Amino acid sequence: MKAFTHLCLGFSLISLSLPAADWSQFRGPQSSGVSADNTALPSELKPAWNAELPGRGLSCPIVVGDKVFVTAASGNEQTTLHVLCFSATDGTKLWERTMRATGRTMSHKKTNVAAPTPCSDGQRVFAYFSSNDLLAYDLNGNLLWLRGLMLDYPNASNSLGMASSPVVIDDTLVVQSENDSQSIALGIDVQTGVNRWLMERPKAANWTSAVILGDIVALQSSKGLTGIHPRTGEVRWDYTDGASTIPSAAISQDTIFVPSNGITALQPDDRSTSQLWRAEKLKPGTASPLVLGDSIYVVNSAGVLVKANLKDGQEAWKLRLKGPFSGSPVASGQNLFIVSEQGDLQVIDPSSATEGKVVQTLPLDDTILSTPAIANGALFVRSDSKLWKLN
Amino acid sequence: MTRRYRPSNRPALMLWLAASLLPLTPSTALDSALIQTLRKVGQEGQGNIEATAAWQKLAETAPTDLPALLAGMNGANPLAQNWLRAAVETIASRAQASNSLPTEDLITFIKDTSGDASPRLLAFELLLQHAPAKAKELTPSLLHDPAAELRLYPVADWITKAKDLQQKGDKTAAIAAYQEALSGARDEEQINTLAKGLRDLGQTVDLPRHFGFLMNWHLIAPFTNADRAGFDTVFPPEQAIDLKASYPGKGTDAKWLPFQSKDDYGMIDFNEPFTMLKEVTGYAYTEFNAAEASSAEIRLGCKNGWKVWLNGELLFGRDEYHRGMKLDQYKLPCQLKQGKNTLLVKCCQNEQTEQWTVEWRFQLRICDSTGTAILPQQP
Repeated sequence: MKAFTHLCLGFSLISLSLPAADWSQFRGPQSSGVSADNTALPSELKPAWNAELPGRGLSCPIVVGDKVFVTAASGNEQTTLHVLCFSATDGTKLWERTMRATGRTMSHKKTNVAAPTPCSDGQRVFAYFSSNDLLAYDLNGNLLWLRGLMLDYPNASNSLGMASSPVVIDDTLVVQSENDSQSIALGIDVQTGVNRWLMERPKAANWTSAVILGDIVALQSSKGLTGIHPRTGEVRWDYTDGASTIPSAAISQDTIFVPSNGITALQPDDRSTSQLWRAEKLKPGTASPLVLGDSIYVVNSAGVLVKANLKDGQEAWKLRLKGPFSGSPVASGQNLFIVSEQGDLQVIDPSSATEGKVVQTLPLDDTILSTPAIANGALFVRSDSKLWKLN
Repeated sequence: MTRRYRPSNRPALMLWLAASLLPLTPSTALDSALIQTLRKVGQEGQGNIEATAAWQKLAETAPTDLPALLAGMNGANPLAQNWLRAAVETIASRAQASNSLPTEDLITFIKDTSGDASPRLLAFELLLQHAPAKAKELTPSLLHDPAAELRLYPVADWITKAKDLQQKGDKTAAIAAYQEALSGARDEEQINTLAKGLRDLGQTVDLPRHFGFLMNWHLIAPFTNADRAGFDTVFPPEQAIDLKASYPGKGTDAKWLPFQSKDDYGMIDFNEPFTMLKEVTGYAYTEFNAAEASSAEIRLGCKNGWKVWLNGELLFGRDEYHRGMKLDQYKLPCQLKQGKNTLLVKCCQNEQTEQWTVEWRFQLRICDSTGTAILPQQP
């Protein structure tokens, strides 16, 4: 009961600080991937505008009010880091700020220094890069503070590139810089950029992002899933049965669905987790799973969308999509939205017939390795060269 | 393990911090105090609170203060440079709207090669953005600039010119253009393009010399790296170098062998003399005869666990395996002494068995901060 109270309190705090329509972090509200907009996106989307970007990035756009924020990296060695702000209404670029990377910028060619998605507490935007540069701006582009975490922790890097997106909860920013060498997570004061806490993490490359469950932040790694109190870094519970290092967990109210031995459903309480079920055949590829209604959806490495029952993990149907996928599915109303690496936006109606139906395929004709955002009655997605709004 | 924040006392930013207290020129009195506040930011967010307040004031200063802000970046640590960069950009974007960017002052600033690379590059980027014709006019003079990134622009122009001449069949002029470009090139991609262009025209290109790779080493292996413990184990070569010695190794005695790289990119490959072993540790030793004492950078590429010592001092080490390797992957600032300098590289191979984990090698070059090779003096 106490855990439930925590959860309700946590949700209410978050909902007070940000309007429901905002998409303020990787996979949106509580990292769920599900839009909190009251109005669902139409089943057939059309481009409203697109805007050129100065460099590549795998980071996703976030939306706060009428502003869309996105990051990019440019230059021969990806040493120029960009934070951009666009008008959600018409795509006008409102401001752009650049920084020089202070940490190593090497990455696999497929990914990029601008892989982590920025996040916002509604007043500030926090942009994090694989070079371990962490930047805080107000919504008008004024610099509030910056950090160069590799100057502080010189071996905190991954030569393939890092991708974990930060999350902000109340007044703490939680950042994961997890790798084979100096693997750490930090809680950072959003006002000053100073550490509240520093935590050693498993020494293993990790590209997953944290999810928020009530007042707890869950950090995923090859070792499992660790629930921490974001203000103090105190470990509240620790699931140690291993987990994926690429797709991140999905959440639904008081349950976490972690990519671990397939999908494992965990229900945390104050100090431990209870395993509700495990479905070993539900194996997400790069895309993170999504919970919508009474179902969980997984896109496997073959590009097949699998629907399963949220109560027991039993498969309901499979639907082959036009893959492959690096980005994750998101949802609005009853529909799922996902974009393939070749830039094919696919809208799926999972309630249709017995195996779901792709109700729209819209080619955007550019490489897209990121996850869309949904806000203001529109879907925003970034490609290698452009930011798109579709509604 | 979680720890509460305690400011660390690592020296990484201390030298920059000391330099940050040096007087600035040119600057107004107001700017100087605010700039100094930004220059005091340090590790783990130290100075952020004061910097935030100072930045807000600086960002409101007039475009005529841009040269002072750029000058404030000279000698500042990388974090302080980024604080100042943000102020410069904010002011410049405002100046663009009012057409009041002081372009001539920016050109003067760029031409002063005594300044740091980062603010000069920023000034050039502003020029490119707001006065592209003037940037183009300035570009040819940057071919041998101390800032390696500024050289990218004239080298790109020379490459275009050389290819054009090559296409027109003017071989002599094309070779001259390629060679002129190569004389200033420090970027790997551009150098590869130039080397190919010259070789296609029958010219010899000594890439190891251009980059400054160290090609001649003595190697010893195999010490164990079971459970990846070799990375932290002190094996005999870390205690003393005796090239005639042999030691008990993993399954066999470990002995020193001379090794000369024949690779264009100076690859020192332990697999060649020792075969494709797993869970092993090797060392490479060489000596570098420096013409003079100088600041330098040892630049390493390696996808194995590694440590580097210069003259017995550990410069850095990293226990990451098979996540990728590239030229200049790691840049280790160091001080060369005049005459003989000793270099010891530890290179650990792990237990992975996938095809992409067979490499057990590194490449190492010595250069200045622009990437210009520092070549050894022949005894």
